[in-house]
Amino acid sequence: MNVRAALEQSPVREAPPELPGVAVLYPPEATAIPASASLQTQESIPAGTFRFYWFGLAAVAAWALLGAVTLILPDRPAGFNESWAYTREFGVLALVFSAFWATLTVLASFRQGPRFVRQIDGLFRYSVPWIIVSALIFALWEYLTAKQGVPDWAQLNPPFFAPPSALIDAYLSDYARLADSAYNSVKLLLEGILWGVAVGFITGVSIGWSKRANYWVHPILRLVGPLPPTALLPLAFFFFPSSHAASVFLIALATGFPVAILSWSGVASVNKAYYDVARTMGASEWFLIFRVAVPAALPQVFVGLFMGFGASFVVLIVAEMMGVKSGLGWYLTWAQGYAAYVNMYAALIIMTIIFSGLISLLFAMRDRVLIWQKGIVKW
Amino acid sequence: MVAALQKKSPSAAAETPASVAGAASSRIRIAAVSHGFDGPSGRLEVLENVDLDIAPGEFVALLGPSGCGKSTLLRLVAGLEQASKGSITQDGQPITQPDPSRIVVFQDPTLFPWRKVWDNVALGLQAQGILKQEKGRVDEALKRVGLQDFAHSWPHQLSGGMAQRVALARALVNNPRLLILDEPLGKLDSLTRLELQSELVSLWRKNGFSALLVTHDIEEALFLAQRVVIFSPRPARIIAEIKVDQPYPRHRGDPALAELRREALERLGLAQSW
Repeated sequence: MNVRAALEQSPVREAPPELPGVAVLYPPEATAIPASASLQTQESIPAGTFRFYWFGLAAVAAWALLGAVTLILPDRPAGFNESWAYTREFGVLALVFSAFWATLTVLASFRQGPRFVRQIDGLFRYSVPWIIVSALIFALWEYLTAKQGVPDWAQLNPPFFAPPSALIDAYLSDYARLADSAYNSVKLLLEGILWGVAVGFITGVSIGWSKRANYWVHPILRLVGPLPPTALLPLAFFFFPSSHAASVFLIALATGFPVAILSWSGVASVNKAYYDVARTMGASEWFLIFRVAVPAALPQVFVGLFMGFGASFVVLIVAEMMGVKSGLGWYLTWAQGYAAYVNMYAALIIMTIIFSGLISLLFAMRDRVLIWQKGIVKW
Repeated sequence: MVAALQKKSPSAAAETPASVAGAASSRIRIAAVSHGFDGPSGRLEVLENVDLDIAPGEFVALLGPSGCGKSTLLRLVAGLEQASKGSITQDGQPITQPDPSRIVVFQDPTLFPWRKVWDNVALGLQAQGILKQEKGRVDEALKRVGLQDFAHSWPHQLSGGMAQRVALARALVNNPRLLILDEPLGKLDSLTRLELQSELVSLWRKNGFSALLVTHDIEEALFLAQRVVIFSPRPARIIAEIKVDQPYPRHRGDPALAELRREALERLGLAQSW
């Protein structure tokens, strides 16, 4: 992959031979410059040069602005409180970040140093636009929710809209319950996903491979598959000995259906010539399934996993809202009951991190397993 | 007529280098084979009463109009399908299923894209469960086709000619006694094709397997084979055999080959194009 990319980026263009009496169409300089010329200019600066990184100052300024808005402007009364908790701490934190960016800006101005320093520089330069924009978003958010001086019509009313500083309050005051909920959610989710992936994959490969398995399982899959697992929720809670078991079943169902369908289609669409090649070389049926059909089907299986993960998140949260007495879904309804909207935001942010993390993990696995594919999409 | 022509084949086999005849190669006997498929519009006869002998170590090319059923005959010889009528034997044993002693090289390299070149070549040994003891054969086969430096490349990084070379190495690693070549050079550019034709000849001469080649290319057939068998349009029957009594390595410009080419075109009903 890398080799190929490198080859494509530096086309070997031979300078035209200088024949007497023939005009040279391309000046030699022009042919010598590779496609990635912009990257080359950075490299060509000699080590030890100091060139101030002005754009870094914009990041410093943006976070200083966030600190100033938070610390200087007075809070507007919210509910029973005269001011929000942790406003000061949030402002100070923003200033600390501002100072940190200042350090990195100075560091990035020196074009030398050990490898890891240059790597940090590179990462910093790459991230600066997002660092600036996120500070501006936070500042606007804090200003519209927590600060006086905003006209009434433009204000986002507490308690439905909490300022970012209030999130610190939610995490610090309720961290035990949040951590417990997150732990229970992840445990339940992984249990369901593991069952779903295992059963879905085996089912899919079986019906893709065996005509008899296809005859018996395909109609069932066709009927039950499109049914939203959440529709089975009330029944599942009744039939299963515990709400936990019922949720595991439903999450497994949600994950397993797309995994089964795509494993099936993956196995069914394997180039038949692969089987001929393996068979003439003495391959057993076991070999044909596990060394030919399954690896060839893996790209599709990963699409199924991606879809299955998404479906499992939905079922997890709904199941926890409806019957399971723990987890982030339960936490959301619980917080709603107390009108603790700040805590809801806090739980939603944790959810985002967990789900996005799981999908990222899946893609990292796919990149590793499907390294043989060219032009794979980076997550 | 066919039977009379077949009597010539032993003399053609005698040309095979003596050092390699025998254990390393198989005698294939195709006797009165007919075959067809049941299609949506009734039965489609593909092969009609085909008789063909391949002597141990002999190189035989099958030539005929496209779609005539030559590739079907190869699948029968490989054991991938069973003939409807007639018998096919390898050294006297009926062919009922695929076997690593008869390896097919297809028109497409059909390398497994999820395996690196080395693991592709190792496929046969792994399928037979002898890879651990026989690892050296993989390196040796890669060396034979000159791709030892590409052992750790992915198939998608190879050119068409290199991929087909890997497919050849993947076949040769099994030490086949019959190499079945189903238009193996059909999709390559013409320069690569010439290069690989010479390489095929030298591999055949070194390894001594029997070879059965299907091709559309008359020059290719005459350059490679000791005997060229010409088929009619579907259902395929053998309409002629041309003995190519030239020593190896052959030269493409040889007037004797040009004369044989004229004869082959005539048999195919293409005398006008000469």
